[in-house]
Amino acid sequence: MNRQAQGVVLLLLGGAVLKASLTDMYLRYVKAGLQPFLIAAGVVLVAAAVMTLIHDLRGRADTHDGHDHGTGGPKVGWLLILPVLGLLLVAPPALGSYAAGQSGTALTSQSISDYPPLPPGDPAQISLLEYASRAVFDNGASLDGRSVQMTGFVIKGEGTELILARIILSCCAADGRPIKIGMTGDAPHDLAADTWVEVTGRYSTQHGTDPVNGEQIPYLDVESWTRIDPPKNQYQ
Amino acid sequence: MRVKVSDVTAPTAEEDQDPSATDTRDGAALATDDPSPSGEGPRRRLFGDRVGSVEILAVVLVLLVLFRNPLSSAISSPRLQTWTTVFVSVMVQAVPFLVFGILLSAVIAVFVPRSFWARALPSHPALAVPVASAAGVVLPGCECGSVPIAGSLIRRGVTPAAALAFLLAAPAINPIVLTATAVAFPNNPEMVVGRGVASLIVAMVMGWLWLRLGKAEWIRLPHRDDEGVPRSVAFWTAVRHDVVHAGGFLALGAMAAATINVIVPERWLLTLADNPVLSVLALAVLAVLLSICSEADAFVAASLSQFSLTARLAFLVVGPMVDLKLISMQAGVFGRRFAFRFSPATFAVAVLVAVGVGAVVL
Repeated sequence: MNRQAQGVVLLLLGGAVLKASLTDMYLRYVKAGLQPFLIAAGVVLVAAAVMTLIHDLRGRADTHDGHDHGTGGPKVGWLLILPVLGLLLVAPPALGSYAAGQSGTALTSQSISDYPPLPPGDPAQISLLEYASRAVFDNGASLDGRSVQMTGFVIKGEGTELILARIILSCCAADGRPIKIGMTGDAPHDLAADTWVEVTGRYSTQHGTDPVNGEQIPYLDVESWTRIDPPKNQYQ
Repeated sequence: MRVKVSDVTAPTAEEDQDPSATDTRDGAALATDDPSPSGEGPRRRLFGDRVGSVEILAVVLVLLVLFRNPLSSAISSPRLQTWTTVFVSVMVQAVPFLVFGILLSAVIAVFVPRSFWARALPSHPALAVPVASAAGVVLPGCECGSVPIAGSLIRRGVTPAAALAFLLAAPAINPIVLTATAVAFPNNPEMVVGRGVASLIVAMVMGWLWLRLGKAEWIRLPHRDDEGVPRSVAFWTAVRHDVVHAGGFLALGAMAAATINVIVPERWLLTLADNPVLSVLALAVLAVLLSICSEADAFVAASLSQFSLTARLAFLVVGPMVDLKLISMQAGVFGRRFAFRFSPATFAVAVLVAVGVGAVVL
């Protein structure tokens, strides 16, 4: 891999990172907080590419390529084209039902002891993680019988049952773990996996077990639901 | 492949202390190469005995754009799609840290004089190790960034033992990672103490082990053409070289991590959770395979609630020090002979120290 090729690969990588971070695309792969750092990194990569190509055109500091090939190192640089292709050509979707089915629900024993009151509003808008923690560790006490609204995608449960799920991220999709909530009452049915829904309902005492890790899956007594478009940020 | 072995194995301890040796060598390379007229270089590559890299790159890209749709449908199965998502996200997440680490290492390589390190670190290597480990506190990043920095430190004459201790300590004990650990384990603040103490001990033990057993010739830093040129050129040459080099190995590691993420179902793992010995080993191995960023691994550890706290501490201590993408990057930056000795040794020390610290703290 000679110097021009390295410059071009850097330019492509920087451009791909900039494209992903200046649109909403990066939200499929990493947490929103990483955006300024991604933009900065993209700018540095483009700058490095431009400087490389300028130096190369001027022919300054010219050395032959033999060194680079000798280490066997920069050959590995070709692999940097893969993330560029991934971002620019393939643009894979955010993690969905397949990943959610592979891992157990991510409720942990690390619960807090006092749950603050639910946010105002009827129904109250809360996250799946919040509902699940309050339902499992607080036995629904702080849910106070109020009506709550959550958005997530559906995955197949046992039989024809559908489970509401959402992936939570700490840093990037490699550490994404699902939160799963069962639905009773007027629950969604006959939907394809990965369909996004907004459900409204109240706390249900029913609960199930995640077949993957044996953790408890709380249930929601659904009063109404609608199909929605996937949100901009599909993770929580 | 390995033409010029004598050239690339260059930075042994002896040469590192003698900058003039590198200078003359590069000077010679410059002298033989410079006279070629700039107009003929590219043409010779195009029509000579081999086609240039840029041309290959262009052809590959054109083909890929043409066959974009068949390509997309070929990876539409959920498993391959998940693989692609995880691979791309590991790369996207690592890029800012990698670039930040590379900029810092280029600054060290080009602008910080050698004499600075002689003054900043104790002259006795055995004392430099704990100082370098503790210095890891100030680098708020994850592990991808610290590999090029450690390479740069060795290049600038810092004793390898100290640079390696820094390499191991920095991603594990910086404030961001420890804060994330505290947030992930609200009911077990002792996990934060355990993680910090155990990681610091492992970094120092590995530094001292290197002093006793390590051989300088295991480390083979890639050759860099940045001596004897203006500083701005040297700076961008270092950045370009490190991104292509370390980034390529990062991509290799990310591919491995994405594969593990997709093909190893969580259920297998949970059958080991009840056995105290196997559970520690299982999570330590999982930390290696998953290659999660050190700023996020505490949340994953918290969700592995079927495992003992000691097993999860092992996961947190091993993860930032040994994982697939780190092994791949270390093999690239320091050489294979180094990585295949250093990584297993670090793994063993990290597991033992995590269990020991876990017994005391948890």
